[in-house]
Amino acid sequence: MTEVARNADIAADAPVAAAIPPRATARRRSAKPMIDRYRWWEVVGLYAGIALFLIFVLSPFIEGFLVSLKPLSQLFSSPYSFWPKNGSFQAYFDMWRSVPALGIHIFNSLFISSVVTLIVIAIVVPAAYAFARFEFSGSGLLLGAFLAVNMFSGAVLLIPLFRLMRSLGFLNTYWAMIVPGAAFLIPSSIWLLRTYLMRIPRELDEAAWADGASRLYTLRRVILPLAAPGIVVVAIMTFIGAYAQQFIFALTFNSKTEFMPLPIGLFGFFGRQEVLWNELMAASFVGILPVMIVIVFLQRYLVAGLTAGAVKQ
Amino acid sequence: MTRQQSATLFALGLLLPATLYILSIVAYPLVDTIILSFTNAALRPTYDWVGWANYQRIFGAGNFTEVIIRTFIWTFFSVATKMIIGTCGAVLLNATIPGQTVFRILTMPPWVVPMAIGIFMWGWMYNGQFGMISGLLQNFGFLDRPFPFLAYGNSAFWATIVTDVWIGVPMVTIYLLAAIQSIPKDLYEAAWTDGAGRFYRFRRITLPLMVPAMLTMSLLSLIATFNSFDIIWILTQGGPSGSTTTMIIDTYKTAIGSYKYGEGAARAVVICIFVSLFCIVYFRAVRQFARGAAR
Repeated sequence: MTEVARNADIAADAPVAAAIPPRATARRRSAKPMIDRYRWWEVVGLYAGIALFLIFVLSPFIEGFLVSLKPLSQLFSSPYSFWPKNGSFQAYFDMWRSVPALGIHIFNSLFISSVVTLIVIAIVVPAAYAFARFEFSGSGLLLGAFLAVNMFSGAVLLIPLFRLMRSLGFLNTYWAMIVPGAAFLIPSSIWLLRTYLMRIPRELDEAAWADGASRLYTLRRVILPLAAPGIVVVAIMTFIGAYAQQFIFALTFNSKTEFMPLPIGLFGFFGRQEVLWNELMAASFVGILPVMIVIVFLQRYLVAGLTAGAVKQ
Repeated sequence: MTRQQSATLFALGLLLPATLYILSIVAYPLVDTIILSFTNAALRPTYDWVGWANYQRIFGAGNFTEVIIRTFIWTFFSVATKMIIGTCGAVLLNATIPGQTVFRILTMPPWVVPMAIGIFMWGWMYNGQFGMISGLLQNFGFLDRPFPFLAYGNSAFWATIVTDVWIGVPMVTIYLLAAIQSIPKDLYEAAWTDGAGRFYRFRRITLPLMVPAMLTMSLLSLIATFNSFDIIWILTQGGPSGSTTTMIIDTYKTAIGSYKYGEGAARAVVICIFVSLFCIVYFRAVRQFARGAAR
């Protein structure tokens, strides 16, 4: 696990190196160790490979964005043309009329993700602390059991979850999307925060104990302030996870337009006979915007968070 | 009460909310699925115990075995492609060249944007009459007429795999990149001093030391892909004529589409058995690698 922590540090340091002004970089490059120097054809090969790779990863976004700029008449014409002719942002204005509830859907998506994040953080902080600090018989097994939850998708448990939501009276409310959504985000958040908490020296707990502080006081006044950056990372990751995964529970447990999150709102739009593709893509980009903002401003935390989150064991 | 005992009690107290939450939202439904699979539960409020009848019905009908085989083929090609592209991506992004950080960030969008929205974009790209893939192939002369990728069984099967690969590649790439970076630098320096070329170092140092991470990631990816629902549901809803119906889609259609909760639960139990097997292999592999690393 310390390995991962180290990678996370390396990844987090990378942007700092990139931020060095050009002249300094030039000097740095000449000071680059011989082992990292490439021949010109190696550099060409690397960039070509990366270009190919990124084209695969980004082409849907590029195409989606260009489609959002094209007028419908150009979209539905042959032969296909990649670049928009007299493109405009008209679709970004028209979509609010075609999907009257669009604003509500966007709000719902953000609202559901926020509540999920609050629930997950409230549950995960004490649990991660317990796993990071206390060794008791069965703690390893319990942690394993939590991680095993990750292996089951909500889709498999849909029938009993549906019945559970019905008997709790949650169907067609926000809770039907929030409660199951949070459950499947708890395990990896525990893992991520535990990793972070293990890096806080144990001596601090012991010093507080020696000074007569209670365990709860130690958690609240010593550990939580130190863990704040870690908790922020976990909160961001949970929010992104909750935002990205809104589909199956919302599709199955809710049929009221006023509670639908964006993906489901747009899915109805997508299924129609005559799809207004330019407006659908425009609405999709508005939906992606919050995540893009997070990526741009918090990417250094994100790399660390995603990596540690992926390394389940 | 000793200090140790009070510490354990405190820890258990801290774990209580998380444990209760998971027990009621994941563990209880899991048990309920197994119970329901032995009943004829449907929309009506009461139901009876029917023993193994659901299992006999689904395995007797023949098309369920077909669905299982299809799911495994779909999963295999998806995971294999993700691993190949992800490994190439990780190696490329590890190269110390200008723009490295930007390239790493640009890898992430398919992973972090709402999954459904990424899939809508693919839905447009696969559009036969006006979509990008069919359009570009025509412009370059590979196709002489529009080709609707999601309208034919065979092409829809591969199209859903490609979209699944697209969603899975960033995670594989970033994970394997972390694995490459955790390889001690002095190994490369020692090999370099001895005159080993870049490709030789890659083949003899990077690749062998990446193997544990690659196996772990394949298993994680296998489990995620096996459970994949959104992609197929949005693009084809399991069609055309069942050609993209994987076990998850099949279960969803039976249970939620036709309200056959009992039979749907039996299908879900079969998925759970497979997932549990993958899980056991995964946890064993991880323990094995941890022991290997300690040694």
